[in-house]
Amino acid sequence: MLIKLVQLAHCRSGDKGNTSNISVIAYHPEFYAPIKNQLSANEFKNFYSGVIKGNVTRYSLDELQMLNFVCEGALGGGVSRSLCLDNYGKSLSSRILSFKIEINDNLEKLLQ
Amino acid sequence: MTIRIGSGSAWWGDRISPAKDNADKGRLDYLCFETMAEATISAAQVRKRRDPDFPGYDTWLDDRMKAVLPGCIENKTKIISNQGWINPNGAAERIIYWLRKMGIHGVKVAAINGSLITEDVLSLTDTILETGERTHSLEDKIVSAEVYQGAEPVVQALSKGAQIVVTGRIADPSIFAAPMMFEYGWGAGDFMQLGLANGIGHLMECGAQVTGGYFADPGLKDVPRPWDLGFPIAEVHKNGTAVITKLEGTGGVVNAMTIKEQLLYEVHDPYNYITPDVIVDFSTTRIEEIAENRVMVSGISGKPRTPTLKVSIGCKEGFIGEDMFFYAGEGALKRARLAETILRERFKIVGLKAEELRIDYLGLNAIHGDMTPEIKHEPYEVAVRVAARTATREEAMKVGREVDGMAVSGVGMTGKRVPHQDRTREIIGVWSSLVDRDKISPSIKLYES
Repeated sequence: MLIKLVQLAHCRSGDKGNTSNISVIAYHPEFYAPIKNQLSANEFKNFYSGVIKGNVTRYSLDELQMLNFVCEGALGGGVSRSLCLDNYGKSLSSRILSFKIEINDNLEKLLQ
Repeated sequence: MTIRIGSGSAWWGDRISPAKDNADKGRLDYLCFETMAEATISAAQVRKRRDPDFPGYDTWLDDRMKAVLPGCIENKTKIISNQGWINPNGAAERIIYWLRKMGIHGVKVAAINGSLITEDVLSLTDTILETGERTHSLEDKIVSAEVYQGAEPVVQALSKGAQIVVTGRIADPSIFAAPMMFEYGWGAGDFMQLGLANGIGHLMECGAQVTGGYFADPGLKDVPRPWDLGFPIAEVHKNGTAVITKLEGTGGVVNAMTIKEQLLYEVHDPYNYITPDVIVDFSTTRIEEIAENRVMVSGISGKPRTPTLKVSIGCKEGFIGEDMFFYAGEGALKRARLAETILRERFKIVGLKAEELRIDYLGLNAIHGDMTPEIKHEPYEVAVRVAARTATREEAMKVGREVDGMAVSGVGMTGKRVPHQDRTREIIGVWSSLVDRDKISPSIKLYES
């Protein structure tokens, strides 16, 4: 079944210069593998098309069931130069919660 | 052996009463304050030039110290704070003033200087990390430059008997790592312990972000009494484990999820999180909920520190002009779109010279910009928000002036604010570089109340 990430993981974004890092943290260990398999750095960048202007690097922390996406050129030039109202990009992480992930039907009972 | 380290603030504008609660009731050995953002030092330098009476330290210093000093002195809690900004000595002297005013004598306060390298930055640094260009290319624009110091000078100040240590720029995790290093005798060679110390410091540096702040998502991640969040307390054991918790009776939550979110906050490579003290490796972290609002964190490891320290270089980079106005009801979006057309034509007529111009519709695309999905319904309300980045303040002011024009020369049924506030602001861009740590020599000045 195809499920929005919002039911599988939570996230937080942080800023450093013109780079935003967005963590994706599985609510349940069973969700981690399908997320990791389907949400590549490339898929992530495409989902933020028009906002992330640079490279996306993905780091995996398998023991903790979480991913970290480091998104260069995502903050309109940096916090102080950005013309975006949310110049720190604090709300950027919420976008990825709409990304759809295929999971095994037997995981349905674990959904958040 | 365990030491209890509490958070007093996570940024300049943070709430003060949770700091007082931690000071009064936290049974703390240390209370730590983080009050700076990336551009704080540069902004302080700009303000100092405009307003010579600006003392150059945290503008909330008086309020914070009045709130926590009685509890900290009563409970023998030491304070470590980066409220010194561009004037650590001034901040220390001000703290002495409050101590004496409270009738508290014999308390040693240390100021740590040596972080500001504005005069020497071009000879001490080489390359801008973000662009690869030479730092010399920034020469005409530099407002301020500062080194991120580590925990060592704070540890030295504590060794000299300081009960309160106030610093300029220091890496945020180091503020919290210093007491662990001092109490447990951990030095630069003990990189596994320093990894733990800075990792725990990283979890603590953003205060309530680990106790249920910046976290709640109704129905998914609910937070009890989110209007009354307690600031975190770390109980750090000498064996390299720590329990993150908060005061009983406060709102908020500490659980594995809040710890995980904060673990990666503003982290890039979690296997190599570089601080002045150590390279932290978060990949080995173990997180265990041991009781309600008590999470045991262990296994954070470390690798030897780098030979360099990070430098932030603040530069004047022009101005931003910004304003907004509103539509509601039948046809609101159509009127907003006509207003945008009018504004764009007006900017041509008045010859606005903008490096970037942005016109957003709040509620439609102002936050997520180009990646916003297409809207399927007409919104009932629309706010039009205009922003431009320009080289001069005069150009930036054209944004507000043209929005003023929308009042009587614009579209029907335009809602507008009274243009009373300053609608321009100066941009201080921050660039990073590295400096050899051997070339930086912090100095400590001791005061006694």
